[in-house]
Amino acid sequence: MWTVVGTYSPVNVVDWLVPGRNLFLALQVLGVACFIYIVSKRMVPLLRAQADPRFNRPLTRLGRVFKFWLGQWKHPRYRFAGTLHIVIFTGFLLLAARAFSVLIVGVSPTFVMPGLSGRFGPVYETLTDYSATIVFLCMVVAAVRRLVFKPVRYAVPAKYGKGHTTDAIFLLGLIALLMAADSLFSASRFAGLAQAGQSAESPAFLSLPWMIEIAIASMPRTALWGLNVGAYLVHAITFYFLLCYRPFGIQFHVETSLFSIYFSKLEKGTVKPVRWDVSDDHLDQVKSFGVKTFEDFTWKHILDFYSCADCGRCADNCPSNAVGRPLAPRFLTIKARDYVFKHYPVLGKPNSGNPLVGNLYSEDEIWSCTTCGACEEECPLLVEYIDKIVDLRRGMIDDGNVPQSLQKPLKALESRGNPYGKMEKKRGDWAKIPALQTTGPVKVLDAKNGADTLYFVDSITSYDDRMQSIGRATARILSGLGKNFGILGAAEKDSGHEVRRFGEEMLFQSLREHNGEAIKESGVTRIVTSDPHAYNALKHDYKDLPPVEHISQVLASEARAGNLRFNSVEQWLENKDRVYTYHDPCYLGRHNQVYDDPRDVLDSIPGLKRVEMQRSRDRSFCCGGGGLMLFYEPKEEQRMGVVRVHMAAEAGANVIVTACPFCMVNVEDAIKVAGLEGKMSVVDLTEVVDQHMVREVREKDVTTEKLELTNIGG
Amino acid sequence: MEILVCARRVPDTSENEIELNSAGNDIERDELVYSVNEADNYAVEEALQIRNRVGGNVTVVTVDSEDGEEILRRQLAMGANQAALVTDDAFKGSDGKGIATILKAFVEKGHYDLILTGVQADDGAAQVGGMLAALLDYPFASLVNSIAVEGTKLKVSREIEGGNREVNEIDLPCVLSIQTGINEPRYVGMRGIRQVASVPIPTLAGPDLGINQGTVGEAAAKVRRVDYFVPTSSKGAEILHGSREENANRILELLAAKGGLN
Repeated sequence: MWTVVGTYSPVNVVDWLVPGRNLFLALQVLGVACFIYIVSKRMVPLLRAQADPRFNRPLTRLGRVFKFWLGQWKHPRYRFAGTLHIVIFTGFLLLAARAFSVLIVGVSPTFVMPGLSGRFGPVYETLTDYSATIVFLCMVVAAVRRLVFKPVRYAVPAKYGKGHTTDAIFLLGLIALLMAADSLFSASRFAGLAQAGQSAESPAFLSLPWMIEIAIASMPRTALWGLNVGAYLVHAITFYFLLCYRPFGIQFHVETSLFSIYFSKLEKGTVKPVRWDVSDDHLDQVKSFGVKTFEDFTWKHILDFYSCADCGRCADNCPSNAVGRPLAPRFLTIKARDYVFKHYPVLGKPNSGNPLVGNLYSEDEIWSCTTCGACEEECPLLVEYIDKIVDLRRGMIDDGNVPQSLQKPLKALESRGNPYGKMEKKRGDWAKIPALQTTGPVKVLDAKNGADTLYFVDSITSYDDRMQSIGRATARILSGLGKNFGILGAAEKDSGHEVRRFGEEMLFQSLREHNGEAIKESGVTRIVTSDPHAYNALKHDYKDLPPVEHISQVLASEARAGNLRFNSVEQWLENKDRVYTYHDPCYLGRHNQVYDDPRDVLDSIPGLKRVEMQRSRDRSFCCGGGGLMLFYEPKEEQRMGVVRVHMAAEAGANVIVTACPFCMVNVEDAIKVAGLEGKMSVVDLTEVVDQHMVREVREKDVTTEKLELTNIGG
Repeated sequence: MEILVCARRVPDTSENEIELNSAGNDIERDELVYSVNEADNYAVEEALQIRNRVGGNVTVVTVDSEDGEEILRRQLAMGANQAALVTDDAFKGSDGKGIATILKAFVEKGHYDLILTGVQADDGAAQVGGMLAALLDYPFASLVNSIAVEGTKLKVSREIEGGNREVNEIDLPCVLSIQTGINEPRYVGMRGIRQVASVPIPTLAGPDLGINQGTVGEAAAKVRRVDYFVPTSSKGAEILHGSREENANRILELLAAKGGLN
C-alpha cells in the first residue's frame, strides 16, 4: 500500500530549510530519547523500593494479561464507560501498527510494516480508517460526558485538591488531534494521488479520512501537498508529545497497565508478609516494619500508582467513602502518584524521605478501611489496596501510633487471647447450656477427647451473648448431621484475622502459633467455622492446617448429598410473610468467592422467599467491618450498616440473612439506628438452618431448642 | 531534663473479673492478668514527650515483686531510657507512706529534675505522690493535665469543677501526679517488647538504697486493710417503659432535674 506513495511523501519536502527526512528523523530521535529518559527516571523509585517477588507462575500471569488486559474483563462492570474504553482500547491496538508505519514512512518512504504488504494491507487500512474515526468519536463522547454529564465519581472533593477535568479534556483533545491528523494525512495523500491519477483507491466508506477526502478533493495539488506535510508534522509532534506527556499523568497506564496486570496479585484473601525478602523467623532483625516513607512500598505498589487511570470505580464502590469516612481508595493512589512525581522529578534529584502518615495521609484515612475488598474487585487495572493499607498500618503500629480505642483490645488479645479481655477459661461456656447438652454435648478436644472435625468458634461467637446463638446453632447442626466434632475451648485464641489486617503482625504471629499448635494437638482432620474472618485466616494466613470450610459450604454439600433436608417455612406461622435477602460477608464472598453455597442452602428450604439486593455477590456492600473494626471509632456521616439495611428494604426484604457474626453485630445495630425495629430483622444462616432442618431423632428436644430460637430472626 | 516516673503494676480491670477470695481479705489473684497502671502510663508518655521537646532522660521505677519487670519492659519499649526495679521482701505490706519512703530513697540515689506519678493506682489511694513530695521537701502539684516547661519552672494545669482549668507555676525539682487524658499514650506491641528483651534492668533492694527497714513494710504500716466486701446492690435504677421519643424526653427531664444539664 505504502509502496505506491513513493512520489508523494513528506520526505520529498524540498523547499523546507532542511530536507524533510532529516527534520523527521531528528524529531523522532528526540521524541524517543525523551521518552526513554522520562521512563528511566520513573523507574528510579521502583528500583529503590522493597522487594516483591512477582516473577513466578508465568502462564497464570499471561492468562491474566489475556483476561484483564487484552480481554478488558472488568470494564463492562460499568456498562457505558467500560464499553467506551473497550472501543478506544481496541482502536488503539489496531492503530498501533499504522502509527508506527506513518512515523517510519516519514523517514523511509518505501517502508511497509511486515505482514501488511500482501492482501491484508488494504483490509488493515480499512480497519484503521474506521478505528481512527471511532476513536475520534469516542473522544468527543468522553469529553461531552466529562463536561456535560459530569459523572459523580470523577468529582474531586476539595480536600483532595483541584479537579482533574482540565487534564482529562486536554488528553482527550490530544488523542482526537492525533486521530484527525492521521485522517487528514491519509485523506490528503489519497486526494493528491487521485489528482495525479496514481491510485484508484480511496479511504474506507464513511470514515473520517473518507469525509475529509471529499471535502478537500478539489483543492489544488500544491495545497494538498502542503496539507499532507502539515498533517504529517502535526501527527508526529502530537504523537511524541503524547508519548512523553503520558508518564506525567493518568495516561501512563497506556504503557504500564500491561505490566501491572502481568505482575498483579494472584492470591485473594491473603496479606503480604512484612517483608518479602525476610522470613517470619527473622523478622526480629528487621529495623522498621511496614510503610513509613514512600520507599517502603514495594516496586509493584509503586507501579500501581503509575497505572491508576483515575477512573474512580474503587471510590465509587468503597463503603468508607460512601459513608463519609476520610478514605477514598482512588486518592490513596492519586496522592501517592502526585507524591512520586513531585519527589522523583524528571529534572533534578530525588528528595523523598518524609513520613507518609501525617503528611500525605491522615491517620484516620488509614484506619478507616474495613479491608472489604470492594475497590480491588472493581479495579480494571487490578491495583492493590489492602496490602498497602495493611503496610501503612504496620508502620503506624511500629511507631506506636495507634488510636486509644484500639489499644485496649490489642492489649487484651495479647494477655487473654480475645479482644474483650474475658477469661480464657470461659471461652467454651457458650456450649454449656442445658438445651445443647441434650441434643449432643459439645466436646472440648484435648489429648483424651478427639474428634474428626474441629469447630473453630473464634472470639466473638465464643463471648458475645447474641453471637453465642450462632455457635449453638452451628453445634446443633453439626450434631444433627451426625458429625464427630469438638471445640478447642480455653485452648482456642482469637484467629488474629483483624490483628494482622490492623498491622500488629507480631501479635498475629503469636496467636497463629498458639492456635496452630492447639489444632495440631487436637488431631482433627478437618476444620469448620461459622466466622468468615476465622475462615479466611485459617485458610490463607495459617500454614499446614487440615482443610478448612465455612459452615455454609458444609451445609450446601450436605444438602446436595441429601443429608440435610428442611421443613417448609410455613410450619412457623411467624415466618409466613417473611422475605429473605442474603447479605454476602466480604470475607466469605469477595475474598473467597463463596457466593452460591449460602444461597443454595436458603433456596432448598421449601417456601422460603428470597430476593437479591442490587448490591450483592462481588458487589456486596460492607456492613461496617469485623474484628478490631468494632472497636475503632471512625469519623463518618452515617454507619455502613444503615446504608446496607436500607438497601435490603429497597429490595423488598424484611429479613437479612448473613453468615458472619460481625455482619450480625453491625446489621443488628443498624436496624435500630435506622428505626426499622420490627420491620426488619437479621438472622444468621446457621440459625435459619437450625430452625428448619429435619432432625431424624430427638423430636421432643426440638421443643427445648425452639425456646432459644424464639428471639431469633425478629 | 532528668525525669523519673514512678509506675505500678496492677490487675487490669478491663481484662479481669475481680472477685473476692474465700477468706474475704483480698481479691482472687490466681488468674489475673496485670498491666501498667493506666495513669502511670500517661505519666510515662508525658515524660517521653517532655524529653523529646527539651532533651534529657526518662527513668521508670517500680516498687514490686520480681513480676514488676513486666511493666518496666513495656515502658522501655515505649521509649524510656532506663528502668529500675526496687524489690525486697521487707517491703511487703508497706502502706502509702512506706512506698513513698522507698521511692524517696531511690530518688536520692540519682538526680532528677522532675518526678511524675500517676494520679492514682487502680487499686491505690492516690497518696504516694503527695507523700513522696513531702518527704523530699519538693513542691507538688496533683491532677496535672498539661505541662509546659519554662526554664527552671513548669506551668501545669489541672481541671477544676465544671471543666474549667487552673494553671499553676511550679519550681523544679518537683513532683507531679498526672491525670489520665493528658496525652494519647503510644502503643506498645509485642515487637517493641521483644526489642528491649535484653536491656538490663537493675534490681535494687532495701540495703542498696540505704533504707531503714523499720520505716517500711508491714511492721511500719500505720494503715492496714482490714476487710474487703462487695456492696449489696440496692434498688436505685428506674427503667423507662415508653416509646423512643417519650423515653428520650423523660431522660432529658430527669437530667435537667438532677442538674446534669447546664
